[in-house]
Amino acid sequence: MSAAGLRRRRPRPLAVLGDLLFYGGLTLVALVMALPFYWMLVTSLKPDADIFRDPVQWWPQRVTLEHYARAFTTVPFGRYFLNSFSMATLGVAANLLLGSLAGYAFARLRFPGREWLFRVKLASLLVPGIITLIPSFLILRGFPLAGGNDLFGRGGFGLLNTYWAVVLPGASGAFAVFFMRQFFRTLPDDLMDAGRVDGASEWRIFWSLYLPLCRPALATLGIFTFQAGWNLFLWPLIVFNDPNMATVQMGLQAFSFNHTTDYGPLMAASVVVSLPVLAVFVFAQRYFTSSIAFTGSK
Amino acid sequence: MTVQHTPQHTPLGSPLARAPRRRSRLLRAEGRAAALFITPTMLLFLVFTVLPVFAAFVLSFSRYDILTPIRWVGLANYERLLSDALFWRGVRNVGVYALLYLPSMVLCALGLALALRRPKPGMVVFRTLFYLPSVTSSVAGATVWSWMLQRDYGVVNQLLAAVGLRGPAWLANSDTALYAIVFVTLWQGLGGNIIIYLAGLSGIPRELYEAAALDGASPWQQFRYLTVPLLATTTFFVTFMSLIGAFQLFDQAYVMTQGGPGYATTTAVYQIYQNGFTQLQMGYASAQAFVLALAILVVSVANLRLNRDSGLS
Repeated sequence: MSAAGLRRRRPRPLAVLGDLLFYGGLTLVALVMALPFYWMLVTSLKPDADIFRDPVQWWPQRVTLEHYARAFTTVPFGRYFLNSFSMATLGVAANLLLGSLAGYAFARLRFPGREWLFRVKLASLLVPGIITLIPSFLILRGFPLAGGNDLFGRGGFGLLNTYWAVVLPGASGAFAVFFMRQFFRTLPDDLMDAGRVDGASEWRIFWSLYLPLCRPALATLGIFTFQAGWNLFLWPLIVFNDPNMATVQMGLQAFSFNHTTDYGPLMAASVVVSLPVLAVFVFAQRYFTSSIAFTGSK
Repeated sequence: MTVQHTPQHTPLGSPLARAPRRRSRLLRAEGRAAALFITPTMLLFLVFTVLPVFAAFVLSFSRYDILTPIRWVGLANYERLLSDALFWRGVRNVGVYALLYLPSMVLCALGLALALRRPKPGMVVFRTLFYLPSVTSSVAGATVWSWMLQRDYGVVNQLLAAVGLRGPAWLANSDTALYAIVFVTLWQGLGGNIIIYLAGLSGIPRELYEAAALDGASPWQQFRYLTVPLLATTTFFVTFMSLIGAFQLFDQAYVMTQGGPGYATTTAVYQIYQNGFTQLQMGYASAQAFVLALAILVVSVANLRLNRDSGLS
């Protein structure tokens, strides 16, 4: 013990060198990981002339917010923001409700075929998204009695160009069901028995007794679902062709195509696109890392 | 203090079995509730997963452009696929990409997880910084990197110039574009896999290392004969998920290079997207999607088989 204490007080030069290399290496990696965020922010705040200055300007000499104003006026970025936010939030609500309903049933209720149905649903995690891409598009397009369609799904555009097109296919993901099932399994049985003795309905037992205990799981799942919904790209690209329906991710695309060299507004828009999930991340880091670890170590 | 033996409350536990009438009534009530609870989920699953898989199979034998009625063409799509150089170029790009991406990912994620596991101050800060890119969208990440990888004003080449190197036009050069995409996707995916490795590492009992150290095992031997085998399941999971992700590479290739230059970064999914939704060849694109999905399935099954052979659960 005392030897270790002595060593800590008077470090050997080799250990110092090792620490220096260790922290140096980690700092280098951290710089690479964080550089894009820094560079995006700095570029978005520089006036146009300074963005393309030759000895690169690491710290903005003059700060301007004009790129942010232009990001919101050259394309209807406010509208995109609202679209993305609404769809991500609807996705969260749907997954929390439907995922916990199904997760509860698979974890706590007895019914024939329970294990089999759960396994089948879980298998959809293995179905690559690419295979359902085209048929799901056609199903949404041919949705009966929607978007000018008749009963047989002919005539109109179905659910394309509506929020439904993004929210519905992902409304109750396999991960949400699996995640909630795992959590419900950890809860005690006594509550159920007590509820039944008091004559509560199955719905009441679920809603008033078990669901309130799931707050941490619901928070984790909600954060994850929001992030996934906000970051979605290929699917909205396919089901939306009405410019009013574009998401922020598609909005970024509009920038880089129409204004190839307009990096100021593009970086300002990137900051705006990244901000909501980064804010959520800062407030809910614990949830992020614990659920990632959970997925990996099941 | 007396120890009470209470009957176990397993879902199909014994206390209820003693009252068969009550049990069957309860079971029926539970069954009804369960049916209601899982119906929305299973209905969505049916409409947006089961049905599409079958539909994709059927569509792959047809010619369909949405505007004119569907036409059956038998195996024509698959025959065309065999000679479609562009599609195979996409498959090859994805293969090269995966060969570069998977080993780099495993090495970087495992290495950084081992570093972060050391009981030193500041590790939480590093973990947070490493995970940061995984939170942001692939599109935003790719957009910023495209700006940073610009030839003249890009910060990457400016940094290289500072040490006397002259960087190429990373994304406009067919030799370097794919490497740039490997790097950017690595940047994005690393954080999540580091955390998965950290979780795996925390599952290894410390006593094993202490015992090994007592037996005179060097740090390298401990790593080689304890850490690596005990992390095999985690490594399998990381490789597996990365591989499935690699097969479906799209966002970065779309945003950073539009599949170019000269098809150097065209991926299989990019081809399917182009054929299906910009050229409206839905039947042909379905055949391509089916071949790709089948490839993913084969690799998945082979992977699982190999995993079983190596003595893992």
